[in-house]
Amino acid sequence: MSEELIFHFQVDGDDFTSAGQASIQIKKNLRRLGLDPETIRRVSIAMYEGEINMVIHAGGGEADVKVCESYIEIILKDNGPGIKNIEQAMQEGFSTAPDQIRSLGFGAGMGLPNMKRYTDDMKIESELGKGTIVTMRVNI
Amino acid sequence: MKISQMQELLEARVLCCEENTDRHVYSACGCDLMSDVLAFVKDQAVLLTGLVNPQVIRTAEMMDMICVVFVRSKVPSQEMIDLAKESGIVLMVSDKRLYEACGLLYTNGLVGNKVKK
Repeated sequence: MSEELIFHFQVDGDDFTSAGQASIQIKKNLRRLGLDPETIRRVSIAMYEGEINMVIHAGGGEADVKVCESYIEIILKDNGPGIKNIEQAMQEGFSTAPDQIRSLGFGAGMGLPNMKRYTDDMKIESELGKGTIVTMRVNI
Repeated sequence: MKISQMQELLEARVLCCEENTDRHVYSACGCDLMSDVLAFVKDQAVLLTGLVNPQVIRTAEMMDMICVVFVRSKVPSQEMIDLAKESGIVLMVSDKRLYEACGLLYTNGLVGNKVKK
């Protein structure tokens, strides 16, 4: 693959049950590109968790996935409330998700730790009241 | 173990993708918390759960699973069945409880992998 490919998605924040559509689409796109299944799995799981987070906490946002020769970069951007304490948010089990989300099988404080677990590099930039940008990289 | 054998053991009803029930599976996981499925599952091709919402199917799709068994007679919506069809995921419903369903599969040879973090 000599040139990079960019996929852009709007993540709808109104409906939790539809969250994950962009990640499913990315998984299909990466399969078509013939990438290694484990790489595809890592990218799609990390993006899925991020997408779920955007819907739960930020009312949706935007997702960009850049496929380069040696890595895949996922950038998730939202205009939500921001993360008060990133270090705390990265701890497994820490969650500010409402009970309604927990009853759907999410919001157990595993999202951000999972995103870190499945990627080679993850950076969070967040400003209270303005939003959050999560940048993740998976090496190919 | 073939998915069709799981169906017999669990006295389950297949809701979609019956054509894939001759596929073999080697491990399974029983869980209602999708975040934990995403965190801890590795190479388990079957999910047994009592949770019913579209994210169950998306989680299974993300983890490359090929079969989801709904326990305690939980019935998925048509939207969920349609999502599963798109990915070729076999959906089944069993009257068994999660503990019993997992136990039946385990004692009949579907021993699964150790949890990997």
